[in-house]
Amino acid sequence: MADLTTLTAPEARRLLVRREISARELTRAVLDRLQAVEPDVRAFITLTADEALQQAGGADAALGTPGGDPQGTPLLTGIPVALKDLFCTRGVQTTSGSRILEGFVPPFDATVVARLRAAGAVFVGKTNMDEFAMGSSTESSGFGKTRNPWDLQRVPGGSSGGSAAAVAAGECLLALGTDTGGSIRQPASLCGIVGLKPTYGRVSRYGMIAFASSLDQAGPFSVGVEGSAMVLQAVAGLDPLDATSAPQAVPDYLAGLPGGIKGLRIGVPKEYFVPGTEPDVERLVRAAIAQLAALGAEVGEVSLPYTDYGLATYYIIAPAEVSSNLARYNGTKYGLAALDEPEMVRAMELTRQRGFGDETKRRIMLGTYALSSGYYDAYYLKAQKVRTLIKGDFDRAFERFDVLATPTSPTTAFRLGEKTQDPLAMYLSDVCTLPVNMAGLPGINVPCGFDGGGLPVGLQLIGRPFDEATLLRVAYTYEQSTDHHRRRPGREVMSQGPGVDGGVVPAGGAQETRR
Amino acid sequence: MHLEEDTANLKHVRDATGETYSLMDVNRSGVALMEIVGEPDIRSPEEAGACLRELRAILRYIGVSSANMEEGAFRCDANVSLRPRGAQTYGAKVEVKNMNSFRSVVRALSYEIARQTEVLRSGGRIVQETRGWVEERGVTVSQRSKEAAHDYRYFPEPDLPPLFLDPTWVAEIRARLPELPGPKRTRFMAEYRLSAEEAATLTDSRALADFYEEAVRQGAGPRAAANWMLRDVLRLLNTSGTSIDGSKLTPGHLAGLIALLDDGRLSVRSAPEVLEEVFRTGASPEAVMQGRGLEQVSDSGALEAVVAQVLADGRNGRAIADYRAGKGAAMGFLVGAVMKQTRGTANPGLVKELLAQKLDAGG
Repeated sequence: MADLTTLTAPEARRLLVRREISARELTRAVLDRLQAVEPDVRAFITLTADEALQQAGGADAALGTPGGDPQGTPLLTGIPVALKDLFCTRGVQTTSGSRILEGFVPPFDATVVARLRAAGAVFVGKTNMDEFAMGSSTESSGFGKTRNPWDLQRVPGGSSGGSAAAVAAGECLLALGTDTGGSIRQPASLCGIVGLKPTYGRVSRYGMIAFASSLDQAGPFSVGVEGSAMVLQAVAGLDPLDATSAPQAVPDYLAGLPGGIKGLRIGVPKEYFVPGTEPDVERLVRAAIAQLAALGAEVGEVSLPYTDYGLATYYIIAPAEVSSNLARYNGTKYGLAALDEPEMVRAMELTRQRGFGDETKRRIMLGTYALSSGYYDAYYLKAQKVRTLIKGDFDRAFERFDVLATPTSPTTAFRLGEKTQDPLAMYLSDVCTLPVNMAGLPGINVPCGFDGGGLPVGLQLIGRPFDEATLLRVAYTYEQSTDHHRRRPGREVMSQGPGVDGGVVPAGGAQETRR
Repeated sequence: MHLEEDTANLKHVRDATGETYSLMDVNRSGVALMEIVGEPDIRSPEEAGACLRELRAILRYIGVSSANMEEGAFRCDANVSLRPRGAQTYGAKVEVKNMNSFRSVVRALSYEIARQTEVLRSGGRIVQETRGWVEERGVTVSQRSKEAAHDYRYFPEPDLPPLFLDPTWVAEIRARLPELPGPKRTRFMAEYRLSAEEAATLTDSRALADFYEEAVRQGAGPRAAANWMLRDVLRLLNTSGTSIDGSKLTPGHLAGLIALLDDGRLSVRSAPEVLEEVFRTGASPEAVMQGRGLEQVSDSGALEAVVAQVLADGRNGRAIADYRAGKGAAMGFLVGAVMKQTRGTANPGLVKELLAQKLDAGG
């Protein structure tokens, strides 16, 4: 048996159901791998190894019930999953990447966590992220920086960088992240894996620590498209606890994967090859689009003229919602509290001063300003109108096309520290993804090759509202015609990991992948 | 109108040493709260009071709230802005808070109108601000001026998408609504020939109105039932501190009592005593009347003996002589004597008739 941590989720599912491996073996292999590479990758804020082994034991019991039906067990039974640290987990610290929430232990599970639990998932831990999901490199985390498993000198992207890096490094088979302006798709692109942002409303946000409520959406990371379909299947659908979750029926995503893309109309928005797009990125994305055409799709160019305004509009709306959502962190309810200060208002100010990082403070200030009386009309109200225009661009494009194809990120993974001093440069890495959030549409990243330096490049596919099924089918069809997804970071070194008989990988294996 | 959750209540306290501090009562946290904002079309403190009373009655009728102001289940902030005669627009708006009863609302608004009038008359300017009513001193004091007002940075809450109410559901609720206080008052006036004030009192609560109508339905005359309710029943409720639906008195009791009066079996004089015991014990008026021996004696055979006894009593000689001398007023004294003898149970009309017969015959 080869290294279990290189299995994709559907492969693991098949082996588990056939009882060729046990959930405990799989979980132990993943935990050993995690122990070996985590000192380099640093994808996690909190590990829940004991709980994981316990859950794996439960999964084995379910799979191995004498006379039982392993095929009938829930889809994720015994599969190790990592959760971005902004999903509330009952009894397990949840920080949203911020020191202000250090020590906060939620008394309840987010709906997505409860649904994954019900689907049999094994939780290995809570992953690192930009503070309150605000960032594109995971460097704004209050809990250290995560490294890209393809090159430890580079960022994994963000804000769900921990989840993306963990999946890429084999520290889990699947992960859940959130995407407000690209926070699933961009790190998936930079880490060379699949990441899906569902339609706004497709997945419940209950128990998911809010960044920008009108934009946030939870979604999966996986190696291979099928794994993301499995997670979406488990978490999608109406939740009475979230008024923004949608009542639309959830189709069978896995059944919809095969079928090909013959005759499907794919539009290529010309504005998405922005200045600053790396030549390798443009070349590989265009090659991927050509490949889609070769697979039977009808490809044509389309214009989304308001694309230029996406970034500016996003950086008014998102911070405005941040300034409201983050008002609750004043030391009286959760996490950090400046108890050394006796005066109440001063204690709240000190709590926020100490607990929030620079990027968070910057966005609170931006949002506070944009919503102030006298500026509301000029900024927030105008931004909402532009948002409608951006959505109109997409509506018109979807009259002619079923799916749009673009680069996910203009660049491959950049170096740690490269953009931390230049917020605007950092913001630009989401220029292709954030209009999709503004329009509430589903988007997926699928790996489409490697640049000259061996860093992964991602193709973004954008779909109609609630048409994740088509996105997944296009991504799957493309993936099956390439072998990008078979290439894993540093496998030749790191695959000394344990087989079914267990064993320990020496720490620092991932270091070998440094260039 | 908007719906929210209640937060907490601040209580500002001064201790024995004069130190002031604030207590936070969070017992109401999370309780559903509905805020209703009206148009600026109320013209006097009394109108404001009447409007609040009507609103409270409606809320109680439809059972959404106890709407008790003292308990904070019904609260009011009021805006006052004056418009000098001839001016086209209203002056700056002053919000008055911290009023804990209808009476305080009327008093606070009267004070605020007088204060603003005084300021304007003396050439001053009204600034937009929030003022708090200080009940003990009967004044409003400035709490927050617009310059120092918070910029709340309101914006549409993305977590609350537009709410679409199913028209069938709305129709269902509309069909379930009880008759509201206004229409009920009008109907009471027309149907039972009550004055506006009587109708208002009887419809003040749904339970009281239902009690009244049920008594009428069980045969009590609308006029008599209204009289007994407005006078004796309300007094009994007030002094005992019970509510109409918590009392032992039933509409059947009231109808029974009135029937006893109508049949001449119970005297108007004894009736309050009977009602009081019925109210206290829940026994039927008939039983109480019998138990206390208060049934009116209307049997002339039984009364004739008493009449004869009274006329034979030397202490009544003077009155008898006066009557015979044409002083009709003396009859009252003699009737009283018979009533006294029968402990009030004699039918006074019959007694008078028998006395006249005897005296006129013996003359």
